[in-house]
Amino acid sequence: MIPNTAMPEIDGGTVVHLARGVRLREDMVRNQTVLLAPERAIALDEIAVAIIKEIDGHRNLDRIADDLSRRFEAPKEQILQDIIPFIREFINRRTMEIVG
Amino acid sequence: MTLPAKETGQVATPPPIAMLAELTHRCPLACPYCSNPLELARANEELSTSEWIETFRQAAALGVLHLHLSGGEPASRRDLIDLTKAAVSLGLYTNLITSGIGLTEARVDKLSAAGLDHVQLSIQGTRAPSADHVSGCDGGHARKLSVAGWLRDAGIPLTLNAVCHRRNMGEIEDIISLAIELGARRVEIATVQFHGWAMLNQKALMPTMDQVAKATSIVETMRARLEGVLVIDYVPADYYATYPKACMGGWGRAGFNVTPSGRVLPCHAAETIKHLAFDNVRARPLGEIWYNGGAFNAFRGDGWMPEPCRSCERKDIDFGGCRCQAMALAGDASATDPVCRKSPHRKAVDRRIIDDTEVNDTEVRDIEVSDIETPRPPFRYRGNGTLRS
Repeated sequence: MIPNTAMPEIDGGTVVHLARGVRLREDMVRNQTVLLAPERAIALDEIAVAIIKEIDGHRNLDRIADDLSRRFEAPKEQILQDIIPFIREFINRRTMEIVG
Repeated sequence: MTLPAKETGQVATPPPIAMLAELTHRCPLACPYCSNPLELARANEELSTSEWIETFRQAAALGVLHLHLSGGEPASRRDLIDLTKAAVSLGLYTNLITSGIGLTEARVDKLSAAGLDHVQLSIQGTRAPSADHVSGCDGGHARKLSVAGWLRDAGIPLTLNAVCHRRNMGEIEDIISLAIELGARRVEIATVQFHGWAMLNQKALMPTMDQVAKATSIVETMRARLEGVLVIDYVPADYYATYPKACMGGWGRAGFNVTPSGRVLPCHAAETIKHLAFDNVRARPLGEIWYNGGAFNAFRGDGWMPEPCRSCERKDIDFGGCRCQAMALAGDASATDPVCRKSPHRKAVDRRIIDDTEVNDTEVRDIEVSDIETPRPPFRYRGNGTLRS
């Protein structure tokens, strides 16, 4: 049976980790950081790399936004609002999973 | 010394992203849509373990990120675990493209321990009798389901892959549901393409226009419904398309294939273009082949394009389509892909669709109702050269 699904709510309390088979790699030939997933290689900018490196399957998005806000000297709420759609896209693509 | 292509007067060539290693042409299955060439490489011509590993090393140094271990059936290689270990240690994202036949639970565990990143497992349908008839492998379907279970237990990410064609197009929803049941994160539903052996079975495999329309609509609905559950990648029937596919993401732009005996091809079917000469990794470094090889430079950029391609606004979207299809249908590898509505050869494609589909419409309806008691479609399998039913 094909389930009828609704995408889970993603908010500051959400905890995620990279799905198995998805990993960051330094691409020395192109001098960039890429996220490798089945049939996909996504070139990431500095912010995206920073977010993905924070994702550890333990800290929730709120905590991560808080840490990034200190590092990048930007308002935490703003960062959280940017992170949520970014994470949602990865969950849609099954490259990240919600913990718990 | 490898000169970047831009210094040799060509359009700048990016480094390759993907390599498809056809480890062997040996395969326990006999799918009528097999896109491998009519003449298969023999086992004693295959690259050795160390030759493959050296090729992986050169590929990684060249900028390849994704390595696809394919065939034939890659599990037919006894050194599959060692090759996987070597690829992973080079930092390559390593994907095994397999029918599952030849894998055991112990071998799956070893692949997992070796660091295999992902498996793409093929199925031929969702019901054992018809799926086994397509693959020509009795008991194959049941075995594949066991393999999927072992992969799941080992935690290796799984994509389920099904080639769809006239005989199984009614099963798309069942394929999606099976993918979910088996714990796949992705399903790839690829409409049959006619290269290699598949061309001999075109009449039995060509989907009808109704089937194609229905399939496209099911895929759209399911994609929306299954967001976050299953990623659905769908390759539509290009014979029914308005514009050609961006074959290989453009000739010599994104990736290359290495055949079992070491020939380096811009695409899987490139050897059907007889005037091209293909370099071999046994004779020339991969970097030189990629940047300077004659076959790779033959259709890069737009210098080779005829009109209407050269002035077409889509030339950077589809790169002129598929060169092998132009060869097969127009007799000229430089011609506009004949599926393009702007091609002077489009009429021949339409005629082919009509010839291949009209007679068999009744069989199509039958096979969706019951897959055991209907007369089975005559396929030509490798090895016997005759019809089997």
